[in-house]
Amino acid sequence: MAWSGTMEAEMATYELETPIPEGAIRALHVGDTVYLSGLIVTGRDAAHKYMVENFIRVEEVPESERALYEELRRLLNGGVIYHCGPVVRQREDGRWEFVAAGPTTSIREEPYEADVIAHFGLRGVIGKGGMGPRTLQACQEHGAVYFHAVGGAASLIADAVKEVVTVYKKEEFGIPEAFWVIRVEGFPVVVTMDTHGRSIHEQVERSSRDALGRLVGSAI
Amino acid sequence: MEDRVESFVELIRRAATDLPADVEMALRAAREREEPGTAAAGALDAILQNVELARKRSTPICQDTGVPLFYVHYPVGTSPRLLRSQIERAVVEATRRAYLRPNAVDPLTGRNSGNNLGRGFPVFHFEEWEENFLRVDLLLKGGGSENVSAQYKLPYAPLKAGRDLEGVRKVVLDAVYRAQGKGCAPGILGVAIGADRGTGYVYAKEQLFRPLDDTNPVPELAALEDRLLREANELSIGPMGFGGKTTLLGVKIGAYHRLPACYFVTVAYMCWACRRARMEVRDGVVRYNGGGDGDV
Repeated sequence: MAWSGTMEAEMATYELETPIPEGAIRALHVGDTVYLSGLIVTGRDAAHKYMVENFIRVEEVPESERALYEELRRLLNGGVIYHCGPVVRQREDGRWEFVAAGPTTSIREEPYEADVIAHFGLRGVIGKGGMGPRTLQACQEHGAVYFHAVGGAASLIADAVKEVVTVYKKEEFGIPEAFWVIRVEGFPVVVTMDTHGRSIHEQVERSSRDALGRLVGSAI
Repeated sequence: MEDRVESFVELIRRAATDLPADVEMALRAAREREEPGTAAAGALDAILQNVELARKRSTPICQDTGVPLFYVHYPVGTSPRLLRSQIERAVVEATRRAYLRPNAVDPLTGRNSGNNLGRGFPVFHFEEWEENFLRVDLLLKGGGSENVSAQYKLPYAPLKAGRDLEGVRKVVLDAVYRAQGKGCAPGILGVAIGADRGTGYVYAKEQLFRPLDDTNPVPELAALEDRLLREANELSIGPMGFGGKTTLLGVKIGAYHRLPACYFVTVAYMCWACRRARMEVRDGVVRYNGGGDGDV
């Protein structure tokens, strides 16, 4: 039996707004649907490498990066980072808008995410495909969850982005990789890794490995 | 040669903002199979809503508009060099109109070119054919699905996969297992058996242009496609890897001659957003996706 069929009775729906209190995050369980609102920040490969190299694994934040560091500390404390490289459009008045903005694959940030969660006090990470054991442990220790958005549902999710507040590192990282600060309303996600040490990804990985063993006639 | 830049922009717009009818139908059928109220059903609902919204607004179905892969068949006397230059201009314009995300990144400097042009970007395959019309097929293949594509070399000891179709079956299932939901399941597989390593990937991607409901003319391959589709779905990875009944929408396999020493199995994983579009120019008239004048 597929895993998803067994959890129905326990699935709940929540609406949360950033900054999210730790208690609200610890009340979530895998399978819950959440509608997120408030400010969130996009960050993917270049952003994670940059944060770890300039803010986290350093004695001192370089002078040139200090202003952005303070800004991100403010936004990410109790906040949510979104693994996303959007399609954007600049309006005639110079303001940006998101045209298409689905999640990118999160596992590439596995070497960095646990440190980012701990350092900034993140309450959530939005992406797709799930993350690994280090991130899951950081979620337990620091009170954060992994929110799964629907991969490829880019126009639908762009609808939930009500405002592009500002962008950092656009020239240096390029449009897909920049830090976009956005205000969202009713952004639909599913909790797939929670603060109780449970991960849908781990469970599906395990059950599909068993099924594969049966189909190819050998233990994997 | 006539200037067809605007027609190529339209080809790109169609590929980026709409799904082929066969893919959308397969997604609807998958939605019917999942239990209502499950995360799998919810994901498919969101996918279908998104497809409708993208079509209505002419905005990209997925923000990762990928590597544009152009497979061009041209008649005698047409210049592939001029075609390439027109298609490149169309790519720049389509990026400006936000049908495409700027995706070409220089690996040495980390800089994004900003207009989807770069060394080896976009990707072209040109072939002269005997027909007297031009056909341009476009596939937009995102990075998530590209990252979970895989190439195996048989024999493959971990699965006791030998140099035969049974060995092929085992490694293809392994590729689906390894991909989990990361390539944006439910996916579509293009598989190439044989060839050299490079050609294997090119040919595997060509399989993705086949409609989901076609039948492989080679009976052994047709049987293997059916069996692999059924068995991959028994892995119950499900939409987005949430668990569920549909892990794949289709499997398409082609076989090329191989070297005596090599037996490659190449798996090109395509996400559910299988954004392919076709343009043909006959007697000066442009048609898209096999449809009537300028329309489907």
